[in-house]
Amino acid sequence: MSEAAVLPAETPEKINLAEDFETSGVAAILRELDEELIGLAPVKQRIRETAALLLVDRARKKLGLAHDTPTLHMSFTGNPGVGKTTVALKMAGLLHRLGYIRKGHLVSVTRDDLVGQYIGHTAPKTREVLKKAMGGVLFIDEAYYLYKPDNERDYGQEAIEILLQVMENHRDDLVVILAGYADRMDQFFASNPGFRSRIAHHIEFPDYTDAELLRIAESMLKHNEYSFDPGGQEAMRAYIAARRALPHFANARSIRNALDRARLRQANRLFEAGAPVDAQALSTLTRADIEASRVFAGGLAHERQAG
Amino acid sequence: MESKSTEIKGKERYKAGVLKYAQMGYWNGEYEPKPTDIIALFRITPQDGVDPIEAAAAVAGESSTATWTVVWTDRLTACDSYRAKAYRVDPVPGQPGQYFVYVAYDYILFEEGSIANLTASIIGNVFSFKPLKAARLEDMYFPPAYVKTFKGPPTGVVVERERLDKFGRPLLGATTKPKLGLSGKNYGRVVYEGLKGGLDFMKDDENINSQPFMHWRDRFLYCMEAVNKATAETGEIKGHYLNVTAGTMEEMYRRAELAKQLGSVIVMIDLVIGYTAIQSMSEWCRQNDMILHLHRAGHGTYTRQKNHGVSFRVIAKWMRLAGVDHIHAGTAVGKLEGDPKTVQGYYNVCRESFTRMDLERGVFFDQDWCDIRKVMPVASGGIHAGQMHQLLDLFHDDVVLQFGGGTIGHPMGIQAGATANRVALEAMVLARNEGRDIANEGPEILRAAAKWCKPLEAALDTWGNITFNYASTDTSDFVPTPAVAAE
Amino acid sequence: MRITQGCFSFLPDLDDEQIRAQVEYCLRNDWAIGIEYTDDPHPRNTYWNMWGNPMFDLKDAAGVMMELDACRKANPDDYIKLIAFDSTRGFETVRTAFLVQRPKVEPRFSMTRTDVRGRSMTYTLSTVQP
Repeated sequence: MSEAAVLPAETPEKINLAEDFETSGVAAILRELDEELIGLAPVKQRIRETAALLLVDRARKKLGLAHDTPTLHMSFTGNPGVGKTTVALKMAGLLHRLGYIRKGHLVSVTRDDLVGQYIGHTAPKTREVLKKAMGGVLFIDEAYYLYKPDNERDYGQEAIEILLQVMENHRDDLVVILAGYADRMDQFFASNPGFRSRIAHHIEFPDYTDAELLRIAESMLKHNEYSFDPGGQEAMRAYIAARRALPHFANARSIRNALDRARLRQANRLFEAGAPVDAQALSTLTRADIEASRVFAGGLAHERQAG
Repeated sequence: MESKSTEIKGKERYKAGVLKYAQMGYWNGEYEPKPTDIIALFRITPQDGVDPIEAAAAVAGESSTATWTVVWTDRLTACDSYRAKAYRVDPVPGQPGQYFVYVAYDYILFEEGSIANLTASIIGNVFSFKPLKAARLEDMYFPPAYVKTFKGPPTGVVVERERLDKFGRPLLGATTKPKLGLSGKNYGRVVYEGLKGGLDFMKDDENINSQPFMHWRDRFLYCMEAVNKATAETGEIKGHYLNVTAGTMEEMYRRAELAKQLGSVIVMIDLVIGYTAIQSMSEWCRQNDMILHLHRAGHGTYTRQKNHGVSFRVIAKWMRLAGVDHIHAGTAVGKLEGDPKTVQGYYNVCRESFTRMDLERGVFFDQDWCDIRKVMPVASGGIHAGQMHQLLDLFHDDVVLQFGGGTIGHPMGIQAGATANRVALEAMVLARNEGRDIANEGPEILRAAAKWCKPLEAALDTWGNITFNYASTDTSDFVPTPAVAAE
Repeated sequence: MRITQGCFSFLPDLDDEQIRAQVEYCLRNDWAIGIEYTDDPHPRNTYWNMWGNPMFDLKDAAGVMMELDACRKANPDDYIKLIAFDSTRGFETVRTAFLVQRPKVEPRFSMTRTDVRGRSMTYTLSTVQP
């Protein structure tokens, strides 16, 4: 059916933006974002601004004012574990509610999903991914790995060309989000001006503060019905400070890994104690469970791999 | 229900003389059917004063091992396991004096892969039994162990479509009219015109065999000329159901052989040839890559009345086991008997991998079809292009819609009649797939297509207002659950 | 001659908006969509050329339309059809198929009749390219 058939015959005189904000479901998504993600104030602010821009753009369209289909491709820069993928998911929902993408799903890929091993392999691989992402958001993590300036015949270049073409010609069909470390992304954009010019929204994700990471740790535990006792909490605070100083620190992801290992130690501790346990004991992480971490001894190889 | 007489056991049970059926062990209200039991559901109307439980036990007895008196030879067998057991009797909702009787049969009672043997027990003597005013076989359940003794349809819906290269829409057919009297040459003309105009199949009628006005070989030769010519002119696979029904199996095989030699994709038989002959033809079709079309000629004599006979859903189940590819299963909106929900029940029995209990549609049991192929139901009799939205909404894609009069009686000629039907069908499928509500917007969609398709316009002008609104005699008797009633 | 294979051959050729709507219907049913093309539409020519594998896991018709455009560019004067595959047990087959491109001048089919015994006939169909 053509669009003309579904639009009301008469253009309205006024549009209530606040009402639009609620009924479109955008408000709900922003609330979810606030509730589910700790910290990230500047990111949340940028997303709110983007949502406002798109709502206004939509209202202009409804009132018959001049409007361009906005370019919606984005870059998310920041260190690992700062919530880029989670925010991308919310962004897909947001764009879907506003009618800028038709289906609202997120397809998350890295270089290996796009680039092939031999001649003629890359184009079909890239197209395959693009086709699956159409109607939604394509999230390319560590996008700069697509570009290897030291190797002229790297197949990544082929993927880049197809991506650029689709980002230009299929702006109604999908939104591309490129993600990665800020500095490497800057270099990538410098060498690939095609991407720079097609990306309208650059959103920077700051690292979490120590206090935020502690809150993240507590919320992760709560989700699995665990908690720290006062000693455990204090040890965790110390852990966060020590871990940040080590290489391959990955914000929330490092916290998740640390908690997984702490739970392993807790299980071991309870088992070796041999005494009957109650629910309280089964769901409490203590100082011992945290302090046994090798982070306090300077960090070891597995720590770096986990990063 | 509670029984008034209980089973008699021990020495008394086998004393010469007459006992009640319930006393002989044909009623057991506690019985839990085994996973290997075959179950039959009868609707019985006992004579006045006959205890329904005793009547139920009698049905179980007469359809399994019992005779009217006690016989000592029972004691030479494991007779407890051979006795069918009536285990549940429910009054039929809204029909005083009628009862639904559930009877379980151990699978040792039946020969593998034989509908004749199954029916000889289940509907053998019991329907003439004096203590009952009337009896009807409403539904049956077959355990997987029994289902797997049948090969089922030789082709089935999936393979039929692959062979014909036709997907995503109902198939279209028409029965050549007049049913009787055309010469072979004139008959083939009708077939050619219908196929060229856009139908997938033309069809012999049930009573076209080898009469003086047209011997069967003539019919086959002219029809296949028509089929091949129409295929060449459209680039589409076409077919004509050549009716091979004849007086003997030998003659039927002879006719089927010629149909095969001439390159026909399908042959046809009538239900009146009998269950064994149907199974034989099914076997022949399996060996010869042939689709088997079954016309249900004669079924109305025993399927139509609600209180006596065999429900068509049972016939449909038997035919799926026996192995036919097409079966006439009603139109709901045409000239022949059929309440829409009940007819949908027949279609589900033919086409589903697993049929769920659905009282509204008259289906009393969950039935696993154990991967035997699906039968393509055929809707034929008094339907026309103006009903296309109703037909598609009721029956979906896997059905053959047969427009006989609605094709051949078209004011602009047979080809135009066929084109009108095909355009109406494709326009309706397109609209449905686009998400339109065809049940309500159907007439509008047809009118829109008629704007550019003259033949469809003429068809709608001629038949647009024809309906057959008579009360159905065969509807489901059930108590709606609150959820259903609320709809 | 206009061959009438596929689901919508008796309707005016579908435009892209209509094709897109049919593709969305297929995706709603969780069917994979293949694109096939040929210059020989003989009714027994079962295996047309595949324009890549059937597309699985698509969420939106745009991906199919992108491939269709590419196939049209590469084969501007062939027949092209879309085919929807259903992997559900008990089906595992094509659930719908329809033409989305025809050559400007379509071929026709010649029918050869060969007498065998008596009036029996063997029919052979061949494609005659324009």
